[in-house]
Amino acid sequence: MDSAPVLEVRNLHTHFFLRRGVVKAVDGVTFSLKRGEVLGLVGESGCGKSLTALSILRLLPQEAARTVEGQVLLDGEDLLAKSAGEMREVRGQRIAMILQDPQTSLNPVFSIGNQLHEALARRPDERGRSLRERAVDVLRQVRLAAPEQRIGQYPHELSGGMKQRVVGAIAISCAPEVMIADEPTTALDVTIQLQYLNLLKELQTSLGMGILFITHDFGVVARMCDRVAVMYAGRIVETGPVREIFDNPVHPYTQALIASVPKLRDTAERLRAIEGQPPALSDLPVGCRFADRCPHAEPRCLEKYPEAVSVGENHTASCWLAA
Amino acid sequence: MQRYILQRLVQGVILLVVVTSVVFFIGRMTGNPVDMMLPEDATEEDRQDMIERLELDGSVMDQFGVFIVDAVQGDLGTSIRYRQPATDIFFSRLPNTLAMIPPAMILAIAMAIPLGILSALRRGGIIDRISATIAVLGISTPNFWLGIVLIYLFSVTWGWLPSSRMGGPLNYIMPTVTLGTFLVAGFMRLIRSSMLETLDSEFVKLARIKGVSETAIVWKHCLRNALIPVLSLWGVFMGGLVTGAIVTETVFAWPGIGRLTYEAVIFRDYPLLQAVIIMDAIFILFINLLVDILYAYVDPRIRFE
Amino acid sequence: MRRLPLASFAIIGTMVFVAVFAPWLTPHSPIDQSLPNKLLPPFWEEGGTTEYLLGTDIFGRDLLTRLFYGARVSLIVTALALSVGGGVGLVLGIVSGYVGGKLDAFLMRVVDAAFAFPTILFALLLAVTMGQGMDTLVIALSLFLWAGFARVIRGEVLAIKQRDFVALARVHGSSPARIMFIHILPNVLNTFMVLLTLNVGVIIVAEASLSFLGAGVPPPTPSWGLMVAEGRGKITSAWWLSLIPGIAITLVVLSFNLFGDWLRDRLDPKLRQL
Repeated sequence: MDSAPVLEVRNLHTHFFLRRGVVKAVDGVTFSLKRGEVLGLVGESGCGKSLTALSILRLLPQEAARTVEGQVLLDGEDLLAKSAGEMREVRGQRIAMILQDPQTSLNPVFSIGNQLHEALARRPDERGRSLRERAVDVLRQVRLAAPEQRIGQYPHELSGGMKQRVVGAIAISCAPEVMIADEPTTALDVTIQLQYLNLLKELQTSLGMGILFITHDFGVVARMCDRVAVMYAGRIVETGPVREIFDNPVHPYTQALIASVPKLRDTAERLRAIEGQPPALSDLPVGCRFADRCPHAEPRCLEKYPEAVSVGENHTASCWLAA
Repeated sequence: MQRYILQRLVQGVILLVVVTSVVFFIGRMTGNPVDMMLPEDATEEDRQDMIERLELDGSVMDQFGVFIVDAVQGDLGTSIRYRQPATDIFFSRLPNTLAMIPPAMILAIAMAIPLGILSALRRGGIIDRISATIAVLGISTPNFWLGIVLIYLFSVTWGWLPSSRMGGPLNYIMPTVTLGTFLVAGFMRLIRSSMLETLDSEFVKLARIKGVSETAIVWKHCLRNALIPVLSLWGVFMGGLVTGAIVTETVFAWPGIGRLTYEAVIFRDYPLLQAVIIMDAIFILFINLLVDILYAYVDPRIRFE
Repeated sequence: MRRLPLASFAIIGTMVFVAVFAPWLTPHSPIDQSLPNKLLPPFWEEGGTTEYLLGTDIFGRDLLTRLFYGARVSLIVTALALSVGGGVGLVLGIVSGYVGGKLDAFLMRVVDAAFAFPTILFALLLAVTMGQGMDTLVIALSLFLWAGFARVIRGEVLAIKQRDFVALARVHGSSPARIMFIHILPNVLNTFMVLLTLNVGVIIVAEASLSFLGAGVPPPTPSWGLMVAEGRGKITSAWWLSLIPGIAITLVVLSFNLFGDWLRDRLDPKLRQL
């Protein structure tokens, strides 16, 4: 798994410029995704995970949010330097994304087929199949039953799980190099979450995509990911292979997150929640952002932000304890 | 889909029966309409004569029975003023109204859709502010007065346009503008707010993720969704259209149904007014049915209900 | 956030002031005719006098005086129509939303029907059958109002009904009437106030339109819509007769609308689509 990274995010800063001040929602994020790898981007809601994804695709909420610094390299090309037209060629074709809520992510007034065609039509088919045939094929790939019927149906006629499969089909329709999955199973029934995760894993293997998997759930990370990047208050605080992070978490925040995953074996133990609140993103401290909530905080943690240091093979953490 | 149309049709017929009954009983419960229609110096003989002529003898229920039997046969009574069957007068005036409404609707739609969309796309921008001003002025200016202002400026002061009645294309300009601006404000604001809502939706986000162009996002993905509330609030616009047509035709002495309604009111021609309202109801229900079908076409969730 | 619409306040304040104090503000009568003074233009036009600041109508009545008294009519009719129509809509909306079930389904059908059919036609019918008058006008305008109020209030009640304090009241054995009017009513008052203000302008226009069509307050009582109608025939020779009352209507309605928008943004921004 030592191939070159397909997607590299370097020192990304995306801020909201509001009347009451600047909110530094993404504040220096760096990570890389290798071809055919699943990277989990993990953190609490509001830590900047989703905004990182939207920054990569350059689909930030209009006007208020802007990427002010950094690079997003897709096969070495900087997406942030591309024109709007070039960027449109990237979206859907080279980087696809699955949104959280299947109930709202399909347009209610167009048929499934219509919405698939829109994605498929952007890339000519080398095998000369019609749009309809390709739509049926791609629905079959996401294991949607009776695809011929489905393409004539409208979103409200499908269940949530089926809709999310359609969204998945749209995502893979142009065989992208990178897929971003933003909490793709959060809105699904528990019983079908697992099926969907298996499907994603299967698609990833067969298509060789790199997946950036955004979640708040370490349980899902264990099942899905090869590597993990833990994000806290706009920055990555720890990165490493999944096994390594689970066995040997270095950053106290990672430790807390892993400890809060309920395990079947020790149901007797109370679920450990992390006390306190993340810092306000409009008024970030100079030191470590987790210091307030950290059980091991020292004076130097408040004074200076710890740089990322290597703590093992491919394993880095930003913590003074590790330094 | 057929069931949906049938359902709407049945609802329309029920509504028609209700409207007809309400119209009839309002006329009878608030006193004998004859007293309203006779001049003050009328004799008891005149009164009896009129009662017979209008079939107002017998109990109210008997009268209603007669009225319904006649109505089903297409006889909605005779106008007192014109001494002709009311439906004949209605149909002789109808083409004039039907000639005026489409240009006004086209004007309203041609202004409302682009302005509504542009103000949503550039929220707080110049177009948004201008259209907000047009909207608030539009709902604040009574359109009978707007018509008079137009007549004062373009006919009286500058002498550019004919002030009233039908005739050449020039005669259409002021009534079209008067009726059109009456509708534009509501349309425009509704399209703006529903455009804003759809632009903010997840499916638009997904369309952008797919790489769909902004043009296709606005005109394909958003507009159709933005039209749904416009169609579902159609009844309100229909009310505005009828009110606007009555007032506009009155101001411009336009010999259509609206003007006929006004004449029935000022001449206290109760049978004519009653007939006009019932005929209006039939037309409105017919148009509402068409809108319901269009609604189902635009929104598949309705189609398969 | 919008700024406080001061100009609107000033115009609304002026209208209320002249309506209340009309008899003390003008030496003229709004009704008595004075034919020698007929059709005088406003004072700034040639032939106008400062005794009749805005000129006189075809019966020699002072236009400004009639505007003052017309403001009275507008405000009284609007207040009555809003109380009756808005009140009925409020009560039906609460009952429909709280009781639910068949009653709710039935009432909402009636509301749909009221929306599907233009109320102006009933208003005109009432004017012909009941005769013109303040009472007819108020009934007609109330018919126009109630359905919109009922629909919005019902929607609010459906949401409020789910809240804990309602469940708590029910657990404590409060009667439905008590829950509806002690617990729920106060929670929809904001919305009700916003609906009231948003509809003032609408009702003033509707009143003027009905008066214009000969279905409002009967002459010689001055009403702004009626004044526009009466002056219409004289548009070539005496423009002020119809244009000035129209300006008054537009200014007042504009002010109420801007004020209503401001209040809505302050109290209940989710009503924005109304």
